[in-house]
Amino acid sequence: MLFTPCLADSLQKQSRITAMTSFKTWILAGLFGLLGAPVLAIADAGHPVNWQLGLQDSVTPVGDFINSFHNGLLVLITAIVVFVFGLLVYVMLRFNSKANPVPSTTTHNALLEVLWTIVPVIILAVIVIPSMKLLYYQRNIPKGDLTVKIIGNPSWNWTYEYPDLGVNADKSAKVSFTSYLLPEEKAKAEGRTYLLATDVPMVVPVNKVVKLIVTADPDGIMHAWYLPSFGVNMDAIPGRLNEDWFQATKEGVYNGQCVQLCGKEHAYMPIEVWVVSEDKYKAWADVQLKSPKPDELDQFLKTIRPADAKIAAN
Amino acid sequence: MANVYAVDDHAHADPTGWRRYVLSTNHKDIGTMYLWFAIFAGCVGGILSILMRMELAHPGIQYFSGLAQMVYGVSGDAALDNGKQMYNAFVTAHGLIMIFFMVMPAMIGGFGNWFVPLMIGAPDMAFPRMNNISFWLLVPSFALLIISMFVEGPPGMHGVGGGWTIYPPLSSLAGHPGPAMDFAILSLHLAGASSILGAINFITTIFNMRAPGMTLHKMPLFVWSVLVTVFLLLLALPVLAGAITMLLTDRNFGTSFFVPAKGGDPLLFQHLFWFFGHPEVYILILPGFGIISHVISTFSKKPIFGYLGMAYAMVAIGVVGFVVWAHHMYTVGLAADTQAYFVASTMIIAVPTGIKIFSWIATMWGGSIDFRPPMLWAIGFIFLFTVGGVTGVVLANAGVDRDLHATYYVVAHFHYVLSLGAVFAIFAGWYYWFPKMTGYMYNETIAKVHFWLTFVSVNFVFMPQHFLGLAGMPRRYIDYPEQFAGWNYVSSLGSYASGLAVVVFLYGVFSAYAKKVPAPANPWGVGATTLEWTLPSPPPFHQFNDLPIIK
Repeated sequence: MLFTPCLADSLQKQSRITAMTSFKTWILAGLFGLLGAPVLAIADAGHPVNWQLGLQDSVTPVGDFINSFHNGLLVLITAIVVFVFGLLVYVMLRFNSKANPVPSTTTHNALLEVLWTIVPVIILAVIVIPSMKLLYYQRNIPKGDLTVKIIGNPSWNWTYEYPDLGVNADKSAKVSFTSYLLPEEKAKAEGRTYLLATDVPMVVPVNKVVKLIVTADPDGIMHAWYLPSFGVNMDAIPGRLNEDWFQATKEGVYNGQCVQLCGKEHAYMPIEVWVVSEDKYKAWADVQLKSPKPDELDQFLKTIRPADAKIAAN
Repeated sequence: MANVYAVDDHAHADPTGWRRYVLSTNHKDIGTMYLWFAIFAGCVGGILSILMRMELAHPGIQYFSGLAQMVYGVSGDAALDNGKQMYNAFVTAHGLIMIFFMVMPAMIGGFGNWFVPLMIGAPDMAFPRMNNISFWLLVPSFALLIISMFVEGPPGMHGVGGGWTIYPPLSSLAGHPGPAMDFAILSLHLAGASSILGAINFITTIFNMRAPGMTLHKMPLFVWSVLVTVFLLLLALPVLAGAITMLLTDRNFGTSFFVPAKGGDPLLFQHLFWFFGHPEVYILILPGFGIISHVISTFSKKPIFGYLGMAYAMVAIGVVGFVVWAHHMYTVGLAADTQAYFVASTMIIAVPTGIKIFSWIATMWGGSIDFRPPMLWAIGFIFLFTVGGVTGVVLANAGVDRDLHATYYVVAHFHYVLSLGAVFAIFAGWYYWFPKMTGYMYNETIAKVHFWLTFVSVNFVFMPQHFLGLAGMPRRYIDYPEQFAGWNYVSSLGSYASGLAVVVFLYGVFSAYAKKVPAPANPWGVGATTLEWTLPSPPPFHQFNDLPIIK
């Protein structure tokens, strides 16, 4: 079996190993990767890591639930694959024409047939219970501490609106801005990851329930707002308002990408969320309410930027 | 005039030359044409996929803007834009070609046409002329799809970049105002008509033309699998036809079925599409289940274990396959209760599928297994299909799918069940029936090299894609953050090796035709018990003029 107690433990605290050299990563990736057991603890929150095998670390209650449920499922499905593989190997060794020249003529075994119907049913029933708990936990959207409206634009970028921070006479949100892909040269210069980093982030306070209203430009196309570490993946559909939520429990920079095919720039509309302290969030809101010039905002953002999450060893 | 008919005793010379094929009403010739068509289309679709993997081997855009420059004659920023669109068009064409022009023609049109009549002891299909049109509709359909890649899609760009799912609004005027999408829609209409006609033909043949004594419960499992498949085709394809017709009228005649600004709903298309699309993926794999049953039984020299369970497991998969469609739509904002239902119904499919896996292993259990090439592919199928199946169970959970929807995990999952599952079944069938169809034996060493090279390389292609998906890499991306570079590179290397395996396959076919080693009526021995092995290899142009009696 692949799952020694030590590895099972590492399922719980997924990401504490980061100083792994690329050589070791290679060997381990080879060993476990090819055996189909992506349980290895190369992972971080907010962004992928090269040679990562499992899910990104989670920073929301929903994300934690998803990760633990998935990692449990992974053990189960790996056991099933190993079981079937073992049966195949046994059958090939024991019942090849050299080892067993005269085939049996058995074609029925009622007990066996009942067993391999009932046992999978039981396994599925065991899976379905936590699965439903997770599903209803995700979709029973709690009362939000603040609401952010996310709009996927046909020009392949995201608009964020904060209606709670005040509305204009025409009911439009006072704080509303569009977040674009950070160009490659700029990303390199700032030491950030091209295709994950954006020019301005969506900013939310830590530990608060953030309610999301996800939609797309009514004359545009669909997108999907996907933030792996939050366990949020919601389609942005023209003409529909989709609800979702998250409660990020750790300050940091978290990135995601669009996951609904939306045309030529599909790969070029990243998502960046900064989870900051309540105070910093308030300061940010104050600045935003004053409709700052891009330079001013840039200067200000530098002062509240959360410490960079760990960058991959590679 | 009566005299004229009186002397016409239906004896006629066998047609030769182009007439034999173009005007064919012979199920074996039509089956052969389907198989060659599938091999050709498979090579086209495969080249598209290798070009995509070349692009994805490293972050950044390496090839596609150059490719767009070459093919479309654009330059500068336009080349970059066209390159990005071209990548999406490749994604779309790869999917549609592999589904409609490779797997379906090979399994249903090719093996189905060849072996359903032979296995049930029928002289031909019920409607031979309709059989001809079923095949020949595919050729213009394929041509329309290829043409779509060279005409305008989005303004100033070429081809359909909407994925095989062609969701509006991207596929409607908002995303693809040019005629490329209309070409693709008409291509799908023709392919759909071809399949519906074929389905009617198979249903009639199987229900009415079985040899005396062959009850449904004595029918070979491959025939069962085709029967279930064609029922799915008959029920599912009209729904697709309806959906794409609505899309066509939205695009061209001012209707607004899917236009939100005019009261339409893009989600309606998704429901209709997946009501077809989910049965469709079972259409792709079910005939494979039938093929695998025969190969496993033949080379274990044992009758199939749990025959009735196997047959009704396929019926169950077919029936339940119609009520699980929205598991492709967990992230569109469905109510929790709706998602809960689709979680439960989807999981149920694992039960009949498990019955099949275990019954195949039980068939091998106690057998006397010969590891001839078809058997290698069949055993490879069982293992790879199991891997693809269990990741399906993971994805069935709406809660977890939240993190995996539209990532490479999904790509890995469906390639394990289709690219590895269905394609391994096709190759098992190919190496199983090649001697019967052509009358030639093939070089078994080449066949085994083909198997091992494919088996190892496809795992290198698709296993790393699980890791990419878990790490959050979205599918249908031409470029990706550098943290995804490692596994993408491994996956690309694997795809080059699998391309080499296709070359080995083609060489094996070529050498079999070149060497012309005659095949006996039954090259596989006591395990091969179905009717096709009672006929010479290749079978005569018309068979079973005297119907065989099944005891």
